[in-house]
Amino acid sequence: MVELAVNILDAAPRNEPAPAALKAESRNLNFHYGGFHALKNITLPVFDHSITALIGPSGCGKSTFLRCFNRMHDLYPGNRYQGEIVLHPDNVNILDPQVDPIEVRMRISMVFQKPNPFPKSIFENVAYGLKVRGITRRDQVAAKVEQALRGAALWNEVKDRLNDLASNLSGGQQQRLCIARALAIDPELILFDEPTSALDPIATASIEELMLELKEQVAILIVTHNMQQAARVSDHTAFLYMGEVIEFNETKKLFTMPDKKQTEDYITGRFG
Amino acid sequence: MTNEADANAPPTPGHRLVRRRGRQLRERFIEVLLFLAAASSVAITFAIVFILVKEALPLFREVSLLDFLTDRQWTPLFDDAHFGIMTLIAGTATTTAVALLVAIPMGTVIAIYLSEFASHRLRETVKPILELLGAVPTVVFGYFALLVVTPLLQTLYPALPGFNMLSAGLVMGIMIIPYVGSVSEDAMRAVPMHLREGSYAMGATRLQTAVRVVMPAAFSGVAAAWILGISRAVGETMIVAIAAGMQPNFTVNPLEPAATISAFIVQVCLGDLPHDSLGYKTIFAAGLTLMLFTLLFNILGYWLRKRFREIY
Ligand SMILES: Nc1ncnc2c1ncn2[C@@H]1O[C@H](COP(=O)(O)OP(=O)(O)OP(=O)(O)O)[C@@H](O)[C@H]1O
Ligand SMILES: [Mg+2]
Repeated sequence: MVELAVNILDAAPRNEPAPAALKAESRNLNFHYGGFHALKNITLPVFDHSITALIGPSGCGKSTFLRCFNRMHDLYPGNRYQGEIVLHPDNVNILDPQVDPIEVRMRISMVFQKPNPFPKSIFENVAYGLKVRGITRRDQVAAKVEQALRGAALWNEVKDRLNDLASNLSGGQQQRLCIARALAIDPELILFDEPTSALDPIATASIEELMLELKEQVAILIVTHNMQQAARVSDHTAFLYMGEVIEFNETKKLFTMPDKKQTEDYITGRFG
Repeated sequence: MTNEADANAPPTPGHRLVRRRGRQLRERFIEVLLFLAAASSVAITFAIVFILVKEALPLFREVSLLDFLTDRQWTPLFDDAHFGIMTLIAGTATTTAVALLVAIPMGTVIAIYLSEFASHRLRETVKPILELLGAVPTVVFGYFALLVVTPLLQTLYPALPGFNMLSAGLVMGIMIIPYVGSVSEDAMRAVPMHLREGSYAMGATRLQTAVRVVMPAAFSGVAAAWILGISRAVGETMIVAIAAGMQPNFTVNPLEPAATISAFIVQVCLGDLPHDSLGYKTIFAAGLTLMLFTLLFNILGYWLRKRFREIY
């Protein structure tokens, strides 16, 4: 799969911008929860300025894979990574024990399945990442917060009540707040773990629209259970099954002409 | 639904009914028994309050409430009797304040450490040991204050009297640490993991996550721990009776000896005062005051705790 990506890069004419530069790639990634081998030899590219979707039946390891990218598994004892996730353009393996997970999370942010705003005001929620990074100048923080809230299409709804508790927002607004929180730190890659599974169709549509806008600036890796969502928003899709990548391709191809029988069965709803 | 099922089951529906009735009776009986057990503890509490009020009332026939609250002396056993409860309240407030200055920071730091930093194994080892501290009889703490802590403080500050509120307050604080720590830790651990993950995912450190996300989320629980700690300090008797002296002394200087409300009650109870004397009646007024304070703090703590439970 990586060869595929490299080929695309090589094939691009020199004078035109590369159609898809790599933002990150996993190489032979294996992951163990204690004794349980959850990810097996995963090699996958994540292209810059595009959306990569991870699909697959429940328990196949989508979240596990996603959470490797910001070293979330470091929070719990007994978890073990093997192989590499290389972040570009630095060309650094972020799973290397020498690499500080906090530095990784400074560049790769995450939006969770369930909106998880902090018990703080709307403003403080978005400013959190900045404060954590030691950015405290009021005008600077305020400008960033506004920019992030605009980016998350939430500004108009909350600009008059920035000091309200975030928990007073609706579920969809809370999720957009979490996206604003993730945006405020100017990430290079945003991880979304089923960001719309707790939301109604209207809130879902607004978040999908948002992701399409966001990919102009960042790379996006999204886990979704919703086949239509993957087809609607993503540029590339990977189908995972039992901790392995069964198939990776451009979304259009994967959904219209899957190479593997298993993929076809899954996307047509015959199993999973 | 049950009717249908009964109708569909042809054999001996009567038998079933009889058996059920027996079971119902038995359950009813058990229920009544449990109710009586629960009710009796409530009844006893009310009886205590009633007795306190009833026995305290005669005092207020001779001493005006205004004097009771504003007089700066408490000498109910002297010929020149004064009944200024503020004197005792000052003693209680001072020892409580010293205790809280120890227990709240220490207890909270311990809670943060155990909940956010310690490994699972360490936590499971340390917490029971910490809670054992709470099982040390207070009389032991009292002698520890008098015979170890006071001499130690006297090497630093030789003018310190043998009985003083500082030493009593410090040891009382040590006694309350596990309580404050353990209740706060429970509150912090009840904060759902996805909130912490949200903070870590933003690049926060452990300390930042603990202080900026977990503490605010657990705040009402932690505050409840503090307030329940206050209420324990206010009611604590043995340590202050042994180490702070029993001399009523209108002061908030912890370097001086003084009597607290609870210490005064012990003193009178152990003395040989005639039971119908006015001096004897004062302990009911003092007891009532003490009870009002602890009740207030308990209600506040209970309310905060309930509120924090409702969040998740
Ligand atoms: N903390 C853990 N300890 C042990 N095993 C785990 C842990 N978390 C997940 N697993 C296992 O790892 C496998 C992959 O889990 P993961 O959460 O990545 O699945 P998923 O594809 O995200 O599923 P879903 O679509 O239901 O979210 C599952 O078999 C799961 O039981
Ligand atoms: Mg998942």
